[in-house]
Amino acid sequence: MKLIIGLIVLWPLIGFLFNGLGRNIWSKKVIAYKATGYIVMSFVFSILAFLNVQSNGAVTVHYFDFINTTSFKIPFDLKVDALSSLFLLVITGVGSLIHLYSTAYMKEEEAPHYARYFAYLNLFIFSMLLLVLGDNFVIMFIGWEGVGLCSYLLIGYWFTNSTYNYAAKKAFIMNRIGDLGFLLAIFWLIVKLGTLSYGSVLTAQSVAKLSTTDITGITLLLFVGAMGKSAQIPLYTWLPDAMAGPTPVSALIHAATMVTAGIYMITRANILFSASAFTQHVVAIVGISTALLAATIAIKQNDIKKVLAYSTVSQLGYMFLGLGVGAYSGAVFHVITHAFFKALLFLGAGSVIHAMHHEQDIRKMGGLKSRLPITHITFLIGCIAIAGVPPFSGFFSKDEILAAAFAKSPIYWVLGVMGAAMTAFYMFRLYATTFLGQFRGTQEQAHHLHESPIAMTLPLILLAVASAIAGAIGIPSLMGGHHWLSHQLAPIVGEAHESVLSHSTEWVLMGASVSIAVIALLIAVNRYKRQTDGEPQTAFGKFLYNKWYVDELYQNAIVDPLNKFAGFLKNVIEKNVIDGAVNGTGKLVQYSARKIRFIQSGQVGNYILFMVLSLVLLFIIWFNDISILKFFFKLTHKS
Amino acid sequence: MPIQYYIFFCLTLFSIGVIGVLTRRNAIIVFMCIELMLNAVNLLLVAFSKMHHATALKLSAVSTAGIDAQIFVFFIMVVAAAEVSVGLAIIVMMFRNTHSIDINFLNRLKN
Repeated sequence: MKLIIGLIVLWPLIGFLFNGLGRNIWSKKVIAYKATGYIVMSFVFSILAFLNVQSNGAVTVHYFDFINTTSFKIPFDLKVDALSSLFLLVITGVGSLIHLYSTAYMKEEEAPHYARYFAYLNLFIFSMLLLVLGDNFVIMFIGWEGVGLCSYLLIGYWFTNSTYNYAAKKAFIMNRIGDLGFLLAIFWLIVKLGTLSYGSVLTAQSVAKLSTTDITGITLLLFVGAMGKSAQIPLYTWLPDAMAGPTPVSALIHAATMVTAGIYMITRANILFSASAFTQHVVAIVGISTALLAATIAIKQNDIKKVLAYSTVSQLGYMFLGLGVGAYSGAVFHVITHAFFKALLFLGAGSVIHAMHHEQDIRKMGGLKSRLPITHITFLIGCIAIAGVPPFSGFFSKDEILAAAFAKSPIYWVLGVMGAAMTAFYMFRLYATTFLGQFRGTQEQAHHLHESPIAMTLPLILLAVASAIAGAIGIPSLMGGHHWLSHQLAPIVGEAHESVLSHSTEWVLMGASVSIAVIALLIAVNRYKRQTDGEPQTAFGKFLYNKWYVDELYQNAIVDPLNKFAGFLKNVIEKNVIDGAVNGTGKLVQYSARKIRFIQSGQVGNYILFMVLSLVLLFIIWFNDISILKFFFKLTHKS
Repeated sequence: MPIQYYIFFCLTLFSIGVIGVLTRRNAIIVFMCIELMLNAVNLLLVAFSKMHHATALKLSAVSTAGIDAQIFVFFIMVVAAAEVSVGLAIIVMMFRNTHSIDINFLNRLKN
């Protein structure tokens, strides 16, 4: 078992080293086969690990001590349990498909860059696996930082474009803000508990050891970490800009896996979060606000990837709503289904962009239905899944979160359904504008319009199947299922309490949310079948089109003052204070030297005079002036 | 004789030596004044040595306590003799070069 778990992590690392070091040696074919092959190997071993967990339960394996002092120890342990094995399957499974897709999508790149791309991608998978497999918060943090780094590298993959570099830096810095919160939470835990292993931190005993303030502080700081990584208000603005990276990267990192790290972390630490009602409220409110904010922005965007990016932010908001209302298994369920359908949508978008020769504006598309049949069908399945239409997967997971939200407070449910309606609306606006109606591109684009190669359509088909049926792992008892997933996760998040709502209430809620979503969907299809959005006319439309001016707000409220402060430090503090002190020291030495050098007269007599005077002075100090006088007085007195 | 006499005498001799070194410019006189200071110290050493030795003899007839200071005197004499020979040689060389034994001519390294 030790070997299997170790190899799950090591395969992508080998792939990274192979492609990273040999990028000038291998041909593109070798690079592609190797990179994809290592992830597939990792997937195979993940299945083995998963089956082992099914039959033998959770396993923790120890490799070596990462930090070892007499009082404090951080072992390098990996843990496979129900939660991490599910994440393993999603990461390596979706990861393999996206690698396969990338081999065709990135075909036009030159070999060294092609290798660089796959090396980063493998390193990302390695970091992500470390993140979910680590058995303590430090190992998780290593993975956490690793995925942040890979995200930065891949967003800035086309590094000759300065806008992309700017987006990469933005993502990195935003993530760092969150990471600081995570790091502080880790330190807090060390101070209070002296250990970081899940087995000793995440237990009822250690929760009892912590005061309410401690738990609230720690969970809030952990949540700040999750905010950064999972793109929640106020740190979400990096994710839409992260679309500067190649489309498969957006699918893998910024939709399916990395952004769910925050949800994984909170689910992992659920015992702490459940102990703090305040933090749970914060998480739920931030989650639902993000879901609504991002959904409104998505309605007015015209870049196919931007719509999907805001949709991701919005869906992540749903997951946090689920975490905040205590539906941990619901949130994980949504992570899994979202990984499938959002990866599918991004890859579908990639296929469209590929066919359109890097055109991303949906107003210039339209009518692609007949030209890209496979992409069209799979994209439609993705849209239906995300809109929450039964029996597709998104329906089950979203409904579970909404039901739990209703049990907590009906307001959450109402807001959640509003968000769901908007989701259905903007997704089908995207679908209708892209695939229905007339083609609006140039003649040349129309001429070259073609379906993508098999390496790209195969992942689409597989993901479409997964998006359609993944709901089966969590069919609620209401519908005669037994909710396999929540039973799986029971050892980690506790048994789901389904009995809060009566069955009739649940049916009504479900019917209401589904019918609202379907109505929104139909309106969108009808409206955008033939026409597109021009420039926004109303003030509110402009407001949404410009993303609530959040970027401008950050620019004016944070970045500019910081720049001004830096300028102040540079021009005033640096020049006057620091330089002043340094130059002042020099001037002082020069000045005193000019004064003192006059005693070096060169006259031997003078020197001797100084010597004698100093000696006399020394004697007076040494023997204490009074006592020496007394001594002389005594001498004279006696005689 | 009480020790105070020796002390005052030696203090006087030493002070004369110091003042001579400070005020005179003739190198030979300066030199003699240094000798004066050395000999003042020698005299004081011998005087204290005799005093301590006399006190010790009262307690024990065979005591040698205190006489070791007189060894220092011989050392100082030897060093002084050596110093005189070197010093006079320097003065002779100085006279040959400058036709003067005024120590204020020795500030040629100034500036």
